[in-house]
Amino acid sequence: MVVTFPHMGTLNIPVKTFLEGIGQEVVLPPPSSKRTIELGVKHSPEFACLPLKINVGNYIEAWEKGADTVVMAGGVGPCRFGYYAQVQREILQDLGCDMEMIVMEPPDCDWKDLKHQYRRLTQRRISTGQLVKTLHLVWKKLNAVDEIEKLSLKYHPYEINRGDTKKAFDQILKWIEEAKHPKEVKEVLTAGKKKINKIERDLQRQPLRIGLVGEIYMLLEPFASLNIQWSLGDLGAEVSKSIYLSDWVKEHLVFNALHLNRSGSLKNLAKPYLNHFVGGHGLETIGHTVKYANGGYDGVIQLMPFTCMPEIVAESILPQVSKEKDIPVLSLVLDEQSGEAGVATRLEAFLDLIARRKAQQEGELVWMSI
Amino acid sequence: MDVYLGIDVGSVSTNVVTLNENNEITHKIYLRTQGRPIPAVQKGLEQILTAAGNHLSVKGVGTTGSGRHLASLVAGADSVKNEITAHAVASSHVVPGVQTVLEIGGQDSKIIIIRNGVAVDFAMNTVCAAGTGSFLDQQASRLDIPIEEFGNLALKSHNAVRIAGRCSVFAESDMIHKQQMGHSLEDIICGLCEALVRNYLNNVGKGKEILGAVTFQGGVAANAGIKAAFEKALGMEVIIPEHFNVMGAVGAALLAKEAVQKKGTTLFKGFEVKDMDYRMKSFECTHCSNQCEVVEMLRNGQSVARWGDRCGKWSTMIS
Repeated sequence: MVVTFPHMGTLNIPVKTFLEGIGQEVVLPPPSSKRTIELGVKHSPEFACLPLKINVGNYIEAWEKGADTVVMAGGVGPCRFGYYAQVQREILQDLGCDMEMIVMEPPDCDWKDLKHQYRRLTQRRISTGQLVKTLHLVWKKLNAVDEIEKLSLKYHPYEINRGDTKKAFDQILKWIEEAKHPKEVKEVLTAGKKKINKIERDLQRQPLRIGLVGEIYMLLEPFASLNIQWSLGDLGAEVSKSIYLSDWVKEHLVFNALHLNRSGSLKNLAKPYLNHFVGGHGLETIGHTVKYANGGYDGVIQLMPFTCMPEIVAESILPQVSKEKDIPVLSLVLDEQSGEAGVATRLEAFLDLIARRKAQQEGELVWMSI
Repeated sequence: MDVYLGIDVGSVSTNVVTLNENNEITHKIYLRTQGRPIPAVQKGLEQILTAAGNHLSVKGVGTTGSGRHLASLVAGADSVKNEITAHAVASSHVVPGVQTVLEIGGQDSKIIIIRNGVAVDFAMNTVCAAGTGSFLDQQASRLDIPIEEFGNLALKSHNAVRIAGRCSVFAESDMIHKQQMGHSLEDIICGLCEALVRNYLNNVGKGKEILGAVTFQGGVAANAGIKAAFEKALGMEVIIPEHFNVMGAVGAALLAKEAVQKKGTTLFKGFEVKDMDYRMKSFECTHCSNQCEVVEMLRNGQSVARWGDRCGKWSTMIS
């Protein structure tokens, strides 16, 4: 059995570590590229959302490299994601890609099935000790990766030579990927932080603070969002993302599974505008927007794939939040048709709008008086 | 005469204006881009020079429009800004108190919400270009009516027919259907204008609070039929600024002035760039999975800029 799984930002680092830790042979799909999208779009339903299409492209490319089994997450609720794996299995079958599909449902809904799927995945018996060791390493890597990303995004707008931070980030990811023990992860994390701290920066700059909210795949996979998190930094904005993989894992694999309700505060923040689950991360999008507004952020950008239902619900509520909380919000709908120029124009215009608004509030807008 | 130069390179037209120190337009040039942005910019500069008769001292240059970066490489710009900012700035300068800007250009349509003189919200057409200048152009030429008279015909209509305006291809089918049913051309064109305005307000203007004063700018504002349809749909007067078709360039010039006031000097390369030889080369980089399309600009045979790569390998080779 040769296992593969779809890309989603830095997801490959912890998941590959996990699968290899439990004795699986893993083949990663090549990094998502134009070809991935072309393959995915060709074989997926037109109105499926972009993540599904990129997934399908990933599978086909992994199959070409010799993978015969796909590990995929499942889901419940109104978002179509819960049905992805089934649709994708059908697509692969029709294509003649003879691949097994192992669907891991979130543990907060079905422990027994998860256990069953885990057994399918581990044909050899793995001792509990080995499993615990692996999970420990995975957990360390997961957190290290997110910590480095948060730090990089924070420092990015200050860099003097454009691209330095991103380059350092990519390199540190490699170090974390290659680490074999939790201790080693700790060491490369320290080294990584040092590396980022050493990047030449202009601390006089006052970057605009932007919160990114929206659908999880678009937030985690820079390839799908046309690298928005980095291009915002290039334009001089400090970016905070509302979703990180480690947060998601804590939420779903730990707290929800133990029936500890942790997103309570987010739910409370969203309550005046939306008081029930709408699938995906729709509710969180509203909650995080309120949170960013309360936190003094200068603006919020919502990212969503075209035809994403939960985010459409959120999108139609956001103007109200924007008005009452007095924070500019830009919704960006992305799919394989999105033109980079169009997105760049909107981002630039949005940052200009925020900057001029801020300058006016602080009495520094000069041109009006020319 | 001291002037600020504004250059707007759009999909359909390239506009160049000069503003004097009092922010008054001294010259304006409206050209068709015709798919060749660099010659268009060169021609625009040449015509400005001819019109002004060599008495210009350029204090600053601003570029905007989808070709703003290219225009900046040719002319040397102090401010390179997107169309939304440029239009917002121009509109609130020309029409003080404006709160809503409707802008329809060749392929873009946008709405900008302005409060207290600054833009607070905006939207652009996303999935559809129905109702923009290119489509109207195409319909006018299909009906063999000069585009300049297209809108006036709509005003002669007494009973606009209902045209499906969501998609330009279906709008055309519907127009043909109505024409074969025997409706008059005036009524069909008037119906088309109303359909396009409906489409604009539903897609671009959705969820926005449209308050007066409303300005309507961009090339399509020349179309009296669309203006009338907007006024009917919004129930308020729509102001068309005198220089509606070059507002982007006006905004660019104002932004250039602002930028130059901050930093003191201009990057303008001089009017001689109009006679230089520019060539473009492009290739797909195969060094990683991004497969970026890298573009290179040669001026008089010498490489002056490269862009399009995400990693910066090519673009940093030239400083």
